[in-house]
Amino acid sequence: MTDKLEDKQKPSISWLEFFIERAIQASGISAIVLVVLIFLFLIQEGIPAFFEVPLSSLFAARWYPIEDYFGLLPLIMGSLIVTLGAAIVSLPLGLATAIFIAEIAPAWVRDILKPFVEVLAGIPSVVIGFIGMLVFAPMMRVALNIPTGLTAFTGILLLAWMALPTIVSVAEDVLDAVPVTYRDAGLALGMTRWQVIWRIVLPDGRSGVLMALMLGVGRTIGETMTVMMVTGNAARIPTGIGDLFMPVRTMTATIAAEMGEVAQGSAHYHVLFAVGLTLFVITFIVNIAAASVVFRQVKRAERMLS
Amino acid sequence: MRPKTTSLTLKLIALLLAVLALGGCRRQSAPTAEEGAAAIIQNKGSDTMVNLALAWAEQYQLFEPHVRVAVTGGGTGTGIAALINGTVDIANASRRIKAEELEEAQGNGIEPVEFVVARDAIAVIVHPSNPVDELTLQQISDIYSGKITNWQAVGGEDRPIVLLSRETNSGTHVYFLEEVLRLGQSDNKTLFSPDTLLLPSSEGIGVEVRQNPNAIGYDGLGYVTADMKTLAVSRGAGQPYYPPTAKTVNAGEYPIARDLYMYTAGEPQGQIKAYLEWILGPAAQQTVLELGFVPISDTGATP
Repeated sequence: MTDKLEDKQKPSISWLEFFIERAIQASGISAIVLVVLIFLFLIQEGIPAFFEVPLSSLFAARWYPIEDYFGLLPLIMGSLIVTLGAAIVSLPLGLATAIFIAEIAPAWVRDILKPFVEVLAGIPSVVIGFIGMLVFAPMMRVALNIPTGLTAFTGILLLAWMALPTIVSVAEDVLDAVPVTYRDAGLALGMTRWQVIWRIVLPDGRSGVLMALMLGVGRTIGETMTVMMVTGNAARIPTGIGDLFMPVRTMTATIAAEMGEVAQGSAHYHVLFAVGLTLFVITFIVNIAAASVVFRQVKRAERMLS
Repeated sequence: MRPKTTSLTLKLIALLLAVLALGGCRRQSAPTAEEGAAAIIQNKGSDTMVNLALAWAEQYQLFEPHVRVAVTGGGTGTGIAALINGTVDIANASRRIKAEELEEAQGNGIEPVEFVVARDAIAVIVHPSNPVDELTLQQISDIYSGKITNWQAVGGEDRPIVLLSRETNSGTHVYFLEEVLRLGQSDNKTLFSPDTLLLPSSEGIGVEVRQNPNAIGYDGLGYVTADMKTLAVSRGAGQPYYPPTAKTVNAGEYPIARDLYMYTAGEPQGQIKAYLEWILGPAAQQTVLELGFVPISDTGATP
């Protein structure tokens, strides 16, 4: 840390250490370089779409690429409805589970629950999609008396299920990191257990909890296989709350389904990259928004401490 | 410690180089070994035909042990592109080669030669409990374009119709659009209803049709199993309805049937010629029947 320490270590730095330092530095920089390269690649392949296809066509309501209908609206709406829905379902559930594991459950329950939740995170999305297609969608059709079980709602529930382990695991770590002394202080002042959780633990871990939610949502917006298998992939524009129980087509499923056989360099190819670019920009905005909230809170905390 | 690591690294590098060198050798020798002791025929294309092509390749191996047929899928477009680039000997296609593909091939100095190797009927499938037995092409077109949305309109129960289709990159999807939705009329611009569920696999359609009494789907006859119901189809009102079977397809009676093709680069020679002749013969055509496709009635190669 201080100059003195560095001075002491200097003579012992061998070429190996120099090499390791450079390697670590390079891997750090490579993350940035990779993101920039991906972004440039998407721009290079996606921007021609805006010249080849008139803007009015890109914002039309119909997506049927083999007949040159390139309306992106149904895809964007489809992705938004499924992602937002999954976020709304998974956030309270995930947070409640994390609070239960971190604050309320006895130690032995917690020792069982935590690893199980983490195993849940490891289930491949294609397996979840398969369960959804074979078991969940038929159940939904019968239970809700809707024409088909392959709907946005089925996708929302499955995606929420996939986001939960991430949210629970990260949020629980964050809550666990809140110093015990804070809780003790609250309890000593005569606060109830609920007041301690709501007024002390959660506000203190707020930025970390937000990060957990963002990671969970991040998994849902990029998820492809599950949504492709259970949402029906009908490119229709959702207009009302009833459309939750109708099929939708997401941006990710569209790219996955169509990229395989599209002619390279065609308008359809460029439009698919434009879809990817849109997806990238949306996740980028979400991440920046989350980071700025976290950052602002850190600054406020520093101000209060100083 | 350090010298040991170095020698290990050296060994690893040597191994890597050896693997690379071997890989290079194989890549070079594969396409040239067409004749001689171990001939390899590269066969690629239509996903509809991939099971059939694999079955043929396996049987031919028993029959001609010194010939190996390497089969890959990827779709009709992929197979024809590979033929144009000269990387395969035979391209499988579930549709005719397009005019622009033909031009591109001729530009590369390749003259594709067409063989009809089997036929495929596209069955219209519904849930076994659905009381509807038969539909006209016009009715199917109206159902898929969203003009008819309730089974009652075609003599069924009062249920909404759930439309199932393969994804747009499937040759079957394009065929169904042109020959059924648009009734084969080139100036007809009918589209699939936006409510159509586009499922990524035949299996997805099968799962939904088996459990959902509202659903209607379509797929190659080879993918139809006993636990779904196939509909009889007629060309128009007042005309006879035919179920999809080998007999009705070969008699030209069942209206939604297509030819399956193999394309070679130029007139086939040597082992490739022998393989194609075997495919058009009775033994290979028996396999066509077993896999749920329709054998060609006469051994008619159409060059």
